[in-house]
Amino acid sequence: MIEVFFQYDFLRYSLFTGILIGILAPLTGVFIVVRRLSLLADALSHITLTGIAFSLLLGRYINFFAVLNPVYMGMIFAAGGSLLIERLRHTYRFYRELAVPIILSSGIGVGVVFISLADGFTTDLFSYLFGSIAAISRTDFTVVLVLTTAVTAIFGLFYKELFFLSFDEEQAVISGIPRRSLHFLFVLITAVVIGISMQIVGILLVSALMTLPVAAAMRLAVSFKQMFLYSVVIGEISVLTGMFAAFHLDVAPGGMIVVINVLILLLVLAATSEKILNRKGG
Amino acid sequence: MKNSAAPYVLEVKNVSFSYGKQMVLEDINMQVRKGSFLGLVGPNGSGKSTFMKLLLGLLKADKGNIELFGSPVQSFRDWSRIGFVSQKANSFNSGFPATVFEVVAMGLYGKVGLFRFLKKEHKKKIKEAIGQVGMEQYMHKNIGRLSGGQQQRVFIARALVSEPELLILDEPTVGVDADSVRNFYDMLKELNDKKNITLILVTHDIGAMSEYVTDVACLNKCLHFHGNKNDFEVNREEMMTAMYGHNVNVIEHNHSHDHHDHSHDHDDLGGVRS
Repeated sequence: MIEVFFQYDFLRYSLFTGILIGILAPLTGVFIVVRRLSLLADALSHITLTGIAFSLLLGRYINFFAVLNPVYMGMIFAAGGSLLIERLRHTYRFYRELAVPIILSSGIGVGVVFISLADGFTTDLFSYLFGSIAAISRTDFTVVLVLTTAVTAIFGLFYKELFFLSFDEEQAVISGIPRRSLHFLFVLITAVVIGISMQIVGILLVSALMTLPVAAAMRLAVSFKQMFLYSVVIGEISVLTGMFAAFHLDVAPGGMIVVINVLILLLVLAATSEKILNRKGG
Repeated sequence: MKNSAAPYVLEVKNVSFSYGKQMVLEDINMQVRKGSFLGLVGPNGSGKSTFMKLLLGLLKADKGNIELFGSPVQSFRDWSRIGFVSQKANSFNSGFPATVFEVVAMGLYGKVGLFRFLKKEHKKKIKEAIGQVGMEQYMHKNIGRLSGGQQQRVFIARALVSEPELLILDEPTVGVDADSVRNFYDMLKELNDKKNITLILVTHDIGAMSEYVTDVACLNKCLHFHGNKNDFEVNREEMMTAMYGHNVNVIEHNHSHDHHDHSHDHDDLGGVRS
């Protein structure tokens, strides 16, 4: 069952990429969830679609873009979108969440226009939306590997600052932690991670891989460190099982990964339901 | 004052602050010597929180100077010498997965600095700070599962871990039950006596606090009293009327039932004291 992933290069690189995504998405997701930015991930994934559509459109006229993986343009758009969201969150200081639907809908709107102008809705698009296990080349994988290493290193480096900011922003600022620059860095990382992860899970489901494992881990973890560990383990199980199942059942991997993620979440919720009751009682 | 030769930890000179046209603090003068335990009392809306923000450099005074350890607050950088426990400290999201140890560790992050990690000696300090507030057995428990009083102790430990010389506590006993409040004040007194940590306790709870502090300051826009506790006890009634009387006068202008409003105000005060 597993051997088939090693028989073909494209499958092998997809598998490796899947393993990395299983670490990266939940890792980022922990901070996204505790900083209450789950919806931000959604908005950024939709703006990634705009970038991909733009790259596909350019590909019709400029050769360079026809061979370039459109995901890179997606990442650039997501990074730009994250700046716009920060700008809007400042403009609508008292209704910060408004920034998310503004960016989300403009992202989809502009994206759909680009797609129509390019060559309409193709199977290509379907795999961007719901993920694919045949989309990863050796070069793509190398890029993913470099980015994963960089992102993990940055999280390691700023772990304590990001943790403090998530737990108690006021006190963190008083003790001299640079809130604005760290938040900016974090949002940029989120954009990159979405770009990487969407190649396997697809744009519509990428935020699920960032939040569902964390939602399950949150019910089990006592400490913040445990939350990372559990999130990554759950993320990894869902990605690997999901990919194998998707290949053998010939369904979209994004869907399969999310289905398994949801099953794990339900299992965890059932196992910890007593705790929920206790909490409500106390 | 406990030790009249001790150097000033905090000096406030002629400080005024207003939000727009509304004067919140007017011509405040205050000195806090090393080793003292100051209770800063004032009713709600008296400018206590604004005053805290000025001390911590989060707001800038319109007039006057504030000096921390002899240097002006604007250029003060050595924030690890000051511990601050915010009124909002225990209003964190109680579902947040963090242990007591992890929360207390945050107190060292500013001191350790960017691009550096916690070392063994830091971990020892974290354990010591948790011990100082008597929370050893909860070290690896989730902070959200602790009681309000226990959580408050954890936040004190977080402030203590960087070994501050001055500890500022903003309404630390809000949401803590009466029994725990006494234990809590005992613990503060011990920190003040044994570790010689200078304490500033901001509160509207005059009653319990006054048994423990060495100095009292009464704030309501202006500073109505600032001196040692014994002088405060002598003038207590007068001080209270002067401070809480501000509102009484306003009510008298608007209503004809002077007497009723007066007694109502005293009831409020009684509630605060108990």
